[in-house]
Amino acid sequence: MTPSRTELAAILIAAATALLVAAPVISIAVLALQPEPELWQHLLAYVLPQALRDTAALLLGVGLVALAIGAGTAWLISSHDFTGRALLLWLLPLPLAIPTYLAAYVYVDLFEPLGLIHRALATAMPLPDAIRLLPAMRSLPGAVFIIGLVLYPYVYLSARAMFQHRSADFAEAAKVLGAGRWTTFRRVSLPMARPALAVGLALVSLETLNDIGASEYLGVRTLTVSVFTTWLNRGSLAGAAQLSLFMLAIVTVLITIERFGRRESSFEFSAENPRLMPRTQLHGWRGACAFVACLLPALLGFAVPLLYLLHQSIRRGLLASETTVWRDAGHTIMLAAIATGIALLLGLVVVIAQRWRASRLTDASFAIAQTGYALPGLVLALGLLTPVLFADNSVNTVARWIGMPLPGLVMIGSGAAVVIAYVIRFLAVPTGLIKAGFDHIPADYDDSARAAGAPVMTTLHTIHLPLLRPALLGAVIVVFVDCLKELPATLLLRPLNVETLATSIYQYASRGSFEEGALAALLIVAASIGPVMWLTRFADVPKGPA
Amino acid sequence: MIKRTTLGTALVLALGVPAAQAAGEVNVYTYRETKLVQPLFDAFTKDTGIKVNVISASSGLEQRIKTEGANSPADVLLTVDLGRIDDAVQAGISQPMKSEVIEKTVPAQYRDPDGHWAGISMRARVIYASKERVKQDAITYEELADPKWKGKICIRSGQHIYNNGLFAAYVTKHGEAKAEEWLRGVKANLAQKPSGGDREQARDVAAGKCDIGIGNTYYWALMMNSDPDKKPWAEATKVILPTFAGGGTHVNLSGVLLAKHAPNKANAVKLIEWLAGDEAQKIYADTNYEYPVKAGVAVNPTIAGYGKLSADPMPIAKIASNRKAASTLVDKVGFDN
Repeated sequence: MTPSRTELAAILIAAATALLVAAPVISIAVLALQPEPELWQHLLAYVLPQALRDTAALLLGVGLVALAIGAGTAWLISSHDFTGRALLLWLLPLPLAIPTYLAAYVYVDLFEPLGLIHRALATAMPLPDAIRLLPAMRSLPGAVFIIGLVLYPYVYLSARAMFQHRSADFAEAAKVLGAGRWTTFRRVSLPMARPALAVGLALVSLETLNDIGASEYLGVRTLTVSVFTTWLNRGSLAGAAQLSLFMLAIVTVLITIERFGRRESSFEFSAENPRLMPRTQLHGWRGACAFVACLLPALLGFAVPLLYLLHQSIRRGLLASETTVWRDAGHTIMLAAIATGIALLLGLVVVIAQRWRASRLTDASFAIAQTGYALPGLVLALGLLTPVLFADNSVNTVARWIGMPLPGLVMIGSGAAVVIAYVIRFLAVPTGLIKAGFDHIPADYDDSARAAGAPVMTTLHTIHLPLLRPALLGAVIVVFVDCLKELPATLLLRPLNVETLATSIYQYASRGSFEEGALAALLIVAASIGPVMWLTRFADVPKGPA
Repeated sequence: MIKRTTLGTALVLALGVPAAQAAGEVNVYTYRETKLVQPLFDAFTKDTGIKVNVISASSGLEQRIKTEGANSPADVLLTVDLGRIDDAVQAGISQPMKSEVIEKTVPAQYRDPDGHWAGISMRARVIYASKERVKQDAITYEELADPKWKGKICIRSGQHIYNNGLFAAYVTKHGEAKAEEWLRGVKANLAQKPSGGDREQARDVAAGKCDIGIGNTYYWALMMNSDPDKKPWAEATKVILPTFAGGGTHVNLSGVLLAKHAPNKANAVKLIEWLAGDEAQKIYADTNYEYPVKAGVAVNPTIAGYGKLSADPMPIAKIASNRKAASTLVDKVGFDN
């Protein structure tokens, strides 16, 4: 059957989207072509060993922390009942609202010599003794602790969905066979949740690798930081591009792991009548322990940074004196909203094209659309600069040629470049979620609709979209919050006179007075809380795709 | 795709981003934080009626201007240090400015012989020493490698542009081999792994973690005068202006250059001249506690309290050419590890 015009359009848009996502990587690859043998001699001898060690240690450490907290709390919450569980249900995912760089600023402030905690300790002992008790936040362990605390919800959310639905039958069987709770967890729930854990863990790792604000601030010299130094201090764009390609190779491995996890997870569970894990009631000290174990990560990853920012904003009277922050908030929300809309639309088209017309082209488009998330923001911005400006300059050349007034640099001047960067970077979220949503809609539905003569758009409108609603909502929320927090690409690509909340905080922090940006920071967190809570509800409604 | 264009246009309108080439404007790309330069630009607009559009970033602006090419809206690039200015000139994104005003106000040492850039303000890289534990009142940079300071020095990352500038000056003065030996010596004297910013070095001296910290002149004044939380950090320390043996104190420049394709060239030159003028120089001195480049403009009293600055006479352009070597040495001796 030849594709209809609608189908053809979808296929074309999907392919164009893939091209858009690939553009920065291609441009980085071209930049990297210039040989830099001297630089690499130096990098190999003095920079890379350390950078690889730090990156590996950070990824491993953050992964372990996120896994322990995320899987642990998810299991406690999904298979037990205890006092305070309802509160924890919405508290646990909230660290997602705290960008890694903000958590780093706050914890360094809290634990610094002469800081809040040091002075509190010093009421009981002399200052120099108290100083020895302070953990060093600006260190690899500090970074593992801080980044792990704000990223664990990725593991928590994916593990929770899995624990809730999938292992009910098996857990019951195990119970009947006389296995205790711990044995059931270890032998049944955990192995079954492995694919979900792998997915969550891969997201955590990608976020860690993308981070530059926190690692740089905490003095951890990861590969990302090395790209930065190579570019800036050694003025070698080619060298930075080569390092970036090297990083992309690592990222590809992480993505493959995630893919693998997802493939393994593709066994179906009954969508119409999902069985929930029966929850065990915990009383007395057991209940209290479970409560504290779940409360602690939420407190450290969310409440502490939030309260500290609130405290600084009030103490410094920022609400009254900060005038630019509301304008910055407006820019931030507008850029994020537009990018979210476009990402959702393109994501939908990419997945639909593949569903309608599975072919090598649509499969490839889907695969490429997923890779943007792997590009650290800094690398993405670096790679995007050339194609965006090529387009802008072409417009001007054409305008000059036909004698029209020159429009100037339209895309970079309007903020479109920032939007494109967000779309490329976060497109993986809607494509991934929508694809997962579609996978739960039996292909029979499509076939029946087609047999009944319904045009594809009608099928989409009346059958698919309603069924996809949770996935679409989830995608909107994740992309929007990610855009609010994005820093490196925004810094480099934003137009004249535009600050976002993130860039304004960064400026304060690089001046060494991050507290003055507390209100802007608070706004990012506040704007993210709502969406994150929505997201939780979406993960929580145990009704399958409906 | 139609949707995207519409949205893009909506964004242009909503953000109120002006057509960059309109008359009565000047577009500034800057590495200085907006908050810091905004008072200057506001005063300039008040004086001249020319509107200043700003974009501020911590990295990549030369690259952006270069890639933007002939259509770039950039008129002026304003940097915090000479290294970046040097990068920009190397990248070929500048043009010489013919300005008698600049030639008259900015001393030759602080501007490009070919007119590609000019320094606008200066900061010195100095020592915050513990009032209690450091008896000396004069220290040379060379002395920082002396074992008598073992376990007593605090400093931020060796790759930071401020340290990069200082180390490049050392390379210029003594050559690479001597500089490497010196860096190893300084590293051996560190109390802790390099981290934090300049203020944190003062804090760690105040908290007793180290005896001397390395920082720029203005941070100390800012802590002393405009941040009650951090005043105790400054109060616990005294500022010593170190010198090179037989030379002066290392200074770095905040500089400006005129972009090669500046669409508002006349306004750009006006802004640059204005920045070197009395009013701007006074703002630099009193709100950011920097040394003015223009002779005759008073140094802020807090800064003057450090003692008389005798800036090292090495040509700044020469120091800039050794930045890469300095950065390489930092990695080589594992300064930050």
